[in-house]
Amino acid sequence: MRLADARALCPDLAAVPADPAGDLALLERLALWAQRWGPWSAIDPPDGFLVDVTGAAHLFGGEERLLGEVVRAFAGRGLLARPALAPTAGAAWALAHHGPAQAILAPGDDPLRLLGDLPVAALRLDADVLAVLRRLGIKRIGQLAGLGGAGAGAGAEAAMRDALARRFHHHRTPAANPLLRLDQLLGKVPEPLLPVRARLVPLVQHRLCEPLRHRSQLDRVVAELAEAMVRALEARSEGARRLELMLWRLDGAVLERRVELAAATREAGHLARLLASRLEDVEAGFGIELVQLRASWSEPLALSQADLEAAAEQHGTALAACIDRLVMRLGRGAVTRPVPRASHIPERAQEWQPPLAPLAPSQAGLAFHARPLKLLDRPEPIAVLHAAPDGVPQRFGWRGAVRAVVRVEGPERIAPEWWREGGRARLRDYYRIEDEAGRRYWIYRRGIAGDGRGGPPDWFLHGLFA
Amino acid sequence: MSSRPFVACAAPARLADARWRPGLIAQPFHSEIFAPAHEASGAGLALALACDALAAAGGDDETRQVLWVQDRAAIRLGGRPFLHGLPPDLRHRLIHVAARTPADALFALEEGVRCRDLAGVIGEIAGNPRALDFTASRRLSLTAERHGVQLWLVRLDAAADLSSARMRWQVRAAPSAAPRWNPAAPGPATWHARLFRARAHLPGEWMLCDDDGTLRLQSDRTASDAPAATAPDPFGMARATVGRSLAARLPA
Repeated sequence: MRLADARALCPDLAAVPADPAGDLALLERLALWAQRWGPWSAIDPPDGFLVDVTGAAHLFGGEERLLGEVVRAFAGRGLLARPALAPTAGAAWALAHHGPAQAILAPGDDPLRLLGDLPVAALRLDADVLAVLRRLGIKRIGQLAGLGGAGAGAGAEAAMRDALARRFHHHRTPAANPLLRLDQLLGKVPEPLLPVRARLVPLVQHRLCEPLRHRSQLDRVVAELAEAMVRALEARSEGARRLELMLWRLDGAVLERRVELAAATREAGHLARLLASRLEDVEAGFGIELVQLRASWSEPLALSQADLEAAAEQHGTALAACIDRLVMRLGRGAVTRPVPRASHIPERAQEWQPPLAPLAPSQAGLAFHARPLKLLDRPEPIAVLHAAPDGVPQRFGWRGAVRAVVRVEGPERIAPEWWREGGRARLRDYYRIEDEAGRRYWIYRRGIAGDGRGGPPDWFLHGLFA
Repeated sequence: MSSRPFVACAAPARLADARWRPGLIAQPFHSEIFAPAHEASGAGLALALACDALAAAGGDDETRQVLWVQDRAAIRLGGRPFLHGLPPDLRHRLIHVAARTPADALFALEEGVRCRDLAGVIGEIAGNPRALDFTASRRLSLTAERHGVQLWLVRLDAAADLSSARMRWQVRAAPSAAPRWNPAAPGPATWHARLFRARAHLPGEWMLCDDDGTLRLQSDRTASDAPAATAPDPFGMARATVGRSLAARLPA
């Protein structure tokens, strides 16, 4: 039903937009929170999670009381929960989704007796597999396992298993193979699960008894925090890649400043300098009462032996620190490295990437092409005043000056990339030229006369040779 | 200043070194190159001098990066460096900085010469911006000498005002020698360079050319090549040596 139809039926309907990402984040947080009952938990999107409580139930006074506490704890958070306890993840899932409330399958029980009456949907199968089973007339897990049929017995069970194995022999994923799911439910084959794990980010903070109102004090606090952060990182053998500085003001506002680093670092002075450069526009208002520094992205960085020759350490800055400072002042896109790209079109033959990013493997360029030292960002049109019989300009005007061409080499024809550009794209004929004063340029003619892709060809100046 | 960790400065002028020539060991740490903006001669000579200095100094492990800083006006006038046209041993280690203003470019240059992991810094600043005064250039000179990182600053369409650069060049493109295989084609990069201020050398004028990645005097090159042919081809079709090191190509 569409929202408009629903509103027509019930005018005071409350509509809330769906937020799948938020739901998933909540589920992850809940799964972590649920580790109060067991040391291991995994999320089961979209609306469940698993907790391993092996050997932990006695801490809560038995399994029934454990489930009772789970229901109470969720009710306290305003959530409705359907807990179930079973020796395997598949059985617990089946009981929680399709079984009686707060069902418990003890290790000694026969799982098929308790689960045999559940619908086959409790096996976590795909919708099309469920449709196949429905068409086959299999509705209960017990039927699937060969129980409860006409000729009940070991023979019928084996026959059913053979039939299922033949029917689904090409389905390898568990969600498409009822037999595999049944075995997982019964604990005959293992079922790997991905646990959620809390990742503690290094965090240091200063609570200030006297609110800060001056920049110099804030700088000192930030420098101390940077040192504390370096110690916290050192304990974990990590270096910071991203730092978040949060400033809580007395009036309740929270300011956030974020710094990213080109390489993992653990240098307190460098961190403090970078953070200080982001503090210029901080409005202290009535004062700042709490300063918190968090390394939300850190990478392993081994402890290294300090250079015994102290001079080498104090002399100059490291490359990563230099890049950090440049990026901090000039912006991320301003500091780049040219890297080759697989294209014949000159302006597409190189691209720019962050300077310390790893280089992608690339094919070596062809050595017999002469390429200019510098390429204009956008080819500039030139006015051809006089052309030789073969069409190469003899005199042309560029940037308000007339140049006479003395020497020419060319053309080097570069065809348009038909797989990327439209059919109207014109080819380019590149010429290396030298004018009477010795200036060397790279010019091209776009298109050739009579190619049926526009008017007479234009000339452009694209590059400057050294 | 008494506890400088690392003092590096150009060798004092000796009689033998009075005339500048390519391949000198002691190169100054801050050079300025004045060039017209509508040609790449400034950047070309700066790169050639950089390669010359790196080769002469030796011990260049070819992994240290080279920083190339341009301000916005310089990019608009002369374009950006093109990977496939750079000297082959610089292609994999160039970091480009596109600064908006000359002040930002000067900041980037100073950060560059302060960095111990850089092989050298090349700057391109157009015109005579107010930010680039004598104080700024003296800052650059002192920082470069203190940290031992060489800086070549290309000034596009600029008047030679006060500066503390240790070597100051005026360069323009010059007609090139005809290549061996196609005399009608443009030859190797050739410049007319005038050294008009230097601490350790006498001023002078040279015709310099880029001989397959090596900076040469035009007169030397034609003299050495005269027996073989008029001039070799510029782009190494008949190259005998394949090594990447520039020093390997120097004549014994």
